[in-house]
Amino acid sequence: MSRPRTFRSEAIVLKRINFGEADRLLTLYSREFGKLKAVAKGARKPQSRKTGHVDLFMRTQFLLARGKGIPIITQAEMVEGYPALRDNLMQMTYASYMAELVDKFTVEDDPNRPLYQLLSDGLGWCVLGDQLPLATRFYELHLLSLTGFQPQFFRCTGCNEPIQERDQFFNAELGGVLCPTCYAKGKNGRSLSSTALKVLRYLQSHEWDMVKGLHLKRPLQTELERIMQHYLTYILEHNLKSVSFLRRLRHENTRF
Amino acid sequence: MATAVLPQPVQNLINELARLPGIGPKSAARLTFFLLRDGSNQALELADALRDLKERTRFCSVCFNITENDPCQICDDDERDQELLCVVEEPLDMLALERSRAYNGRYHILHGAISPVEGIGPEDLKVDELIHRVQNGSFRELILATNPTLEGESTALYLKRILAGNDIRITGLARGLSVGGDLEYTDEITLGRALDGRSDL
Ligand SMILES: [Zn+2]
Ligand SMILES: [Zn+2]
Repeated sequence: MSRPRTFRSEAIVLKRINFGEADRLLTLYSREFGKLKAVAKGARKPQSRKTGHVDLFMRTQFLLARGKGIPIITQAEMVEGYPALRDNLMQMTYASYMAELVDKFTVEDDPNRPLYQLLSDGLGWCVLGDQLPLATRFYELHLLSLTGFQPQFFRCTGCNEPIQERDQFFNAELGGVLCPTCYAKGKNGRSLSSTALKVLRYLQSHEWDMVKGLHLKRPLQTELERIMQHYLTYILEHNLKSVSFLRRLRHENTRF
Repeated sequence: MATAVLPQPVQNLINELARLPGIGPKSAARLTFFLLRDGSNQALELADALRDLKERTRFCSVCFNITENDPCQICDDDERDQELLCVVEEPLDMLALERSRAYNGRYHILHGAISPVEGIGPEDLKVDELIHRVQNGSFRELILATNPTLEGESTALYLKRILAGNDIRITGLARGLSVGGDLEYTDEITLGRALDGRSDL
């Protein structure tokens, strides 16, 4: 989508690096234009009008001017700052993970409004903080659907037969469930319990309001997380950066 | 378009300068030609300064400030308060605090802040060194003066958590309005904190 010389957009700050004298280069995920980079001039100075509106993960209304290079932010007004993330490391780290996923699964200038909505909702769930693992699994599955990597949970990715209600396997390369028959014939797969599969199907095909009341036992949570990490890492061909800090925090939480 | 070939030394300097943050190939070429044409010794003085920068500086083994002598001037100064420790992200943050002349304790420089999106964790910062210093020193107060960014505040939360229980007072800088700004243009988070931290007049 081509953009006019000045354009308005609501966007969430995915990343930001220092740039020039006191500027920051932001990676934004915008509602209207998808991922884009923009320069916030003077945004490291406390007295700049933009500074408090362009911190990480803030949802902000931007006015941008396009010149020769990267668009320049001329105005920024925060819509939602998710302040609770500043008081809770765990919630901040889950938010980092959600933002990193959007960054890794998108290219610039490819608008995707539902994905923007998902990110915005996801940050909201991080702020609430009461169902973080479940919200993250829901988020991962819906992000995969919205970016063209929806895993197949209803038919076997080997023989295309409908999946029966029993323990199955998951094959990341084929992008979904593999039935025990195909697995026995020598195809690769990780074991996937029928309960975990049921949850994955449910999460994939329902809205958050229908999902948020679920309470999953620890071992089931762990199984779901491992399967999703395995699949995401396979697609991205590398580990997500925020995952190692998340693991560290959870490990340390058991000590504190 | 004819491709004029630049002499290798010229091209080398352009390439090196272009790798610096905030400098593109055009600025790099402009700076290179400026140094090339300059009749004085400016280019050689710059070369010496760059060599000294790497050869004559190191990290202070106590606070991780950049210094010529180890320990650095501040760590070596007995006049400064030995029981007050201020933690900052970068050496430039320490310089800013020094310019304020409002602080007379010690420093600890982390060399960054925790940032899960960038893959920067405590293990990439001088955090273990800080824990060691706190456990083996006799500090009465630790001032966490990281930046008021999400990363800086998260770093402070993390430090507070791992250093709690060391019988030391842990404080943070006041979060409020910046001098010379209008309330009208202040973001909600800053305003909220300024209200929370209001004081008697
Ligand atoms: Zn099959
Ligand atoms: Zn020192």
